[in-house]
Amino acid sequence: MATVELKNLRKTYLTEEIIKGISLSIEEREFVVFVGPSGCGKSTLLRMIAGLEDITSGDLLIDGQRVNDVEPGKRGLAMVFQSYALYPHMDVYKNMEFGLKLAGMPEAERREKIEHVARTLQLEPYLHHKPGQLSGGQRQRVAIGRAIVRNPKVFLFDEPLSNLDAALRGQMRVELSALHRKLGATTIYVTHDQVEAMTMADKIVVLQKGVVEQIGSPLELYHHPRNLFVARFIGSPPMNFFPAIFQGGDSAGSSVQLRDGSILYVPVTSPGLLPGTKVTVGIRPEHVELASSGPNSGVVEVVERLGAITLVHVRMPDGEIIVVQTDGAVLTEVETRVSLTLPPRNCHLFAPDGLAFEACHRHPLAA
Amino acid sequence: MALKTKTSTRIGVTILGWGIALWLFFPIFWMILTSFKSEVQAISTPPKLFFMPTLSSYGEVFERASYWHFALNTVIVSVGATAIAVALAVPAAYSMAFLPSKRTRGTLLWMLSTRMLPPVGVLVPIYLLARNTHLLDTCTGLAVVDMLTNLPIIVWMLYTFFREVPAPILEAGRMDGATRWQEMTMVLLPLALPGIASTALLSLILCWNEAFWSLNLTSSHAAPLTAFIASFSSPEGLFFGKLSAASTLAVAPILVFGWISQKQLVRGLTFGAVK
Ligand SMILES: Nc1ncnc2c1ncn2[C@@H]1O[C@H](COP(=O)(O)OP(=O)(O)OP(=O)(O)O)[C@@H](O)[C@H]1O
Ligand SMILES: [Mg+2]
Repeated sequence: MATVELKNLRKTYLTEEIIKGISLSIEEREFVVFVGPSGCGKSTLLRMIAGLEDITSGDLLIDGQRVNDVEPGKRGLAMVFQSYALYPHMDVYKNMEFGLKLAGMPEAERREKIEHVARTLQLEPYLHHKPGQLSGGQRQRVAIGRAIVRNPKVFLFDEPLSNLDAALRGQMRVELSALHRKLGATTIYVTHDQVEAMTMADKIVVLQKGVVEQIGSPLELYHHPRNLFVARFIGSPPMNFFPAIFQGGDSAGSSVQLRDGSILYVPVTSPGLLPGTKVTVGIRPEHVELASSGPNSGVVEVVERLGAITLVHVRMPDGEIIVVQTDGAVLTEVETRVSLTLPPRNCHLFAPDGLAFEACHRHPLAA
Repeated sequence: MALKTKTSTRIGVTILGWGIALWLFFPIFWMILTSFKSEVQAISTPPKLFFMPTLSSYGEVFERASYWHFALNTVIVSVGATAIAVALAVPAAYSMAFLPSKRTRGTLLWMLSTRMLPPVGVLVPIYLLARNTHLLDTCTGLAVVDMLTNLPIIVWMLYTFFREVPAPILEAGRMDGATRWQEMTMVLLPLALPGIASTALLSLILCWNEAFWSLNLTSSHAAPLTAFIASFSSPEGLFFGKLSAASTLAVAPILVFGWISQKQLVRGLTFGAVK
């Protein structure tokens, strides 16, 4: 078990700064997920922690010890790669044994450990198979097993499930969570999969262009995104946005006027904001309600029926598409006109610079 | 329809393949054939395809020169040069493939460009260097020159093979606690072995058949098989029977060796399925 601390980490390739000063502390046993759009520097940051990339500046501490200049193999970490990166010329047993052997562990002890891990991961029948003879899911298990046998202080995962099909990914996700609970090891996990991030993380770190946009629990990010970027990035389908004009506010809420003239009184505080300022109202698809008549009307363009739920895409008069998530049994049809009701308690309000206004009440699950 | 096109294409490709193979093999075939003829048959017009084979040329060749002396020199020089070249090229190619810098590309091209120079352009300096270091007519001298001439190709080939090895596999080794040396010997080398083997084989063949430097830098003590052949090509005019017998004897070992290892060679040259 270990803590990991990043202090103003930076990485420059040639002239381009890829990681622009990231600070973060990771507690013992914590499961931290890095998410962000492609190319935002998630892998680079993970590899810096692993020791596979040099740190241009800043400090990396593991258990309070500065490890910037410590060899990757000596940092007490284990990494699972997206491509599994098993040693193709060694069988499963030897793959798991390699690190232990290098560490000078006696043969009998190695055998015991490997057999134990193989049992946990149901790899026993394949111990003498080469990676080439295994399926993707089995290879993934071997890669995880190879990490576990070394008994690392910290696990690093770089999109470990992205090469698996949807069903297997779901299964492995649950298994990994269970494994984490069982081993209780500090884990850093990179993914661009919403569901993985939301379900597995104790703490999500949202990255964009090499900077941290927000750090928080999954539900904190979901209920209280700090800015437009996080609001758009977390949640699927993504949050809807409406342009609005700020009218005025008090300690219990702020009122804004939408394009069609309707007024919303959103329970967020807006200290110092001048009436007349352009703001953005955000609301998640699952919170918008459909009505047959009323304000905010538009034309239904697409109806996606997923069984349990239905996604209704509505084109607003200003050309924007608003997605509404509703009941699976809803009768709405394309080309019809519908109205949207925006319950104020579920609305978010963003200032012109993209920052969210603070909600008057924190969500109980996101304290 | 699609199937038909495919079959006809396949037949065409097969014919082309056989054509090229026969075209390439014909001189060797003719050489071996001639080596079993008498000197009179060897120069008869029209050339004879069917005749009574004789070993007389071989007998005379063995009588006139000590084949084993030359063969041993060739083996020492080619194996030595290849071993040293591969040993030097592996770390060089490793660093170029896995720790590239801005200058890697340029260095590789520059190395290859040295092969574009005709060897005769550096004959005098190399000869003088060999003479001043007392390496003229020694196996060491010839091996060093052969090694240096082949080094660029070997580095280049190994570099291409190493580039096929997915970097995360080596990184996994490093995460497992391997030093750079262990990473190279325990992870990279076993993975790239087919590539390394075919590179070494190519180097062996090039050294075996190398004639320019052998003829210029050796005379008797270290003379290899190429010099052995050359010794049958002059003074009293050409005796094609004996010349062919000498040539056949010179190329036979490497031909047989190449034949045996062709599986390895092909595997190496189509290497890449290591994922
Ligand atoms: N060796 C390198 N040299 C130069 N630039 C690099 C190098 N490696 C990565 N980059 C750049 O760093 C940025 C971040 O890359 P990184 O691989 O960390 O992104 P990522 O967030 O993991 O993306 P993805 O989700 O696609 O895996 C990218 O813009 C990439 O082009
Ligand atoms: Mg990545």
